[in-house]
Amino acid sequence: MKIEQTVQTTPQAALEITDLGVAYESTWVLDHIDLTVKQGEFIGIIGPNGAGKSTLLKTLAGLIRPSRGEIRFPAARGRRHPVGYVPQRFDLDPDLPLRARDLVGLGLDGHRWGFAWPNAQRGRKIEQALAQVDLTGFADHPAGKLSGGQLQRVLIAQALVSDPELLLLDEPLSSLDLASAQTVVDVVHRVSQNLGVTVLLVTHDMNPLLPVMDRLIYVVNGQAVIGTVDQVVQKDVLDKLYGYDVEVLRLHGRILVVGDETASGDAAGFEHR
Amino acid sequence: MFPPGLFTLQFMQNAWIAGTAIAIIGGIVGFFVVLRGATFVAHAVPRASFAGAAGAAVVGQSSVLGLGTFAVLSALGIASISRERRHGVATALILAAALGLGDLFLTIGHVYAPAVFALLFGQIVGISTHDVRAVLIVSVITVVLFAAAFRPLLLQSVSPHVAEAHGFWTRGLEILFLLLVSGAAAAMVPVVGALLAFSLMVGPAAAGSILGKSPLQALAWSVAFGVLSLWLSVWLAYLTFWPIGFYVSGFCLLFYFAARLIKR
Repeated sequence: MKIEQTVQTTPQAALEITDLGVAYESTWVLDHIDLTVKQGEFIGIIGPNGAGKSTLLKTLAGLIRPSRGEIRFPAARGRRHPVGYVPQRFDLDPDLPLRARDLVGLGLDGHRWGFAWPNAQRGRKIEQALAQVDLTGFADHPAGKLSGGQLQRVLIAQALVSDPELLLLDEPLSSLDLASAQTVVDVVHRVSQNLGVTVLLVTHDMNPLLPVMDRLIYVVNGQAVIGTVDQVVQKDVLDKLYGYDVEVLRLHGRILVVGDETASGDAAGFEHR
Repeated sequence: MFPPGLFTLQFMQNAWIAGTAIAIIGGIVGFFVVLRGATFVAHAVPRASFAGAAGAAVVGQSSVLGLGTFAVLSALGIASISRERRHGVATALILAAALGLGDLFLTIGHVYAPAVFALLFGQIVGISTHDVRAVLIVSVITVVLFAAAFRPLLLQSVSPHVAEAHGFWTRGLEILFLLLVSGAAAAMVPVVGALLAFSLMVGPAAAGSILGKSPLQALAWSVAFGVLSLWLSVWLAYLTFWPIGFYVSGFCLLFYFAARLIKR
């Protein structure tokens, strides 16, 4: 009894990464990553294109085997799949014979053998997950005819329905208009608060996350730094990470990192369109 | 309408039984063929299995055994040299190699020409009771495999990364899918022929996927279209003495157009 109480009062780590390295052939895409994420934290994984953000997320999701180091989910207490993974959005055929509820259902029991016969309890769980992403009433909507933002939220519901400890999202804001991207950020933020889910969200633009994220992991050239925005998005920290001079500009509450040549000006909120 | 013997002659009864079985198999396996956009595979495996039947004739074995062996070998061959669901090149190479082998078997085996013709274009009235048993066994195995793997295959067809995050060995599911196609091919080729077998694995499922709102609905439509196409074809083939493959492929196309029209 006493032991359980101590466990509850000390905030446990949701994720511990020690000396993580991922190599493709002989190139280290990620190297010497050490970081700890607390339970319930909202973490943005930020960095220029090709920096290793998605590789880091996929390694955490179990899609890529680390070449070195260790990944642990201490709060999951040995649960086999403590992670809900939201892949990069893909286009679906408008004729696809799937409704939103079928996509979410695959997150619930798609790994089981045999057929999924409809039953009330399963249906309730699916509708609950859809309600959590503000898509009540969309259960029977054809999956191929959802808008980009709606499909993204269905995929989040698909990951949430299995009750994960951690929610991993790969570029959920890419190719969404500003309003849809904001809706996705709000939904993920609310879910992390209401359900206590730890969130790791990959994006190349940190600005939509500024009001909601607790800390960020800044990834450049396979190296990563974790901390609050004020700790990490500083000239001296980023100069060291990039290996050359960058400028950090704060304009009207937005942050721009300038001088990031690897992403041709597209990184971390510097929009060139 | 229903000439004498349509339901009473032994070879017609065999045709009805074997035909219905392969229509069901085509409908269910076709569901995944269409969902995964793997129509080229569905086209290639039955043709590759034709070489197996020719080979079986050379060594004096039953043609269904040869068909099955080559169907499975070609599926495994495609799986072993293709990368990440991009089957195109692998399928083309395996198909060409199998057809080359088939040519060789026909040449060295002096296979009787009408037998070859039957395997290419189907000979539904020529199915022996022994063949029916073989077709039914292959069909049952395919249905069981399909039912067992339904959800993981659906998950992997729709979002492969999520399947992987659930701990699935993606390549294993890929192989499982190819084995389903080879099971369907082995059952179909003796009945409708290597050249037209794939119309039953594409047409009904494509029409079913257009009309069905959920996976189970699409499956039901797909099987219904397949069985209906085949029944109409058997009846008309018996009535007119025209080849079964002509009718099956025609009805498959017709039902697809009808489904498109209904859905606007």
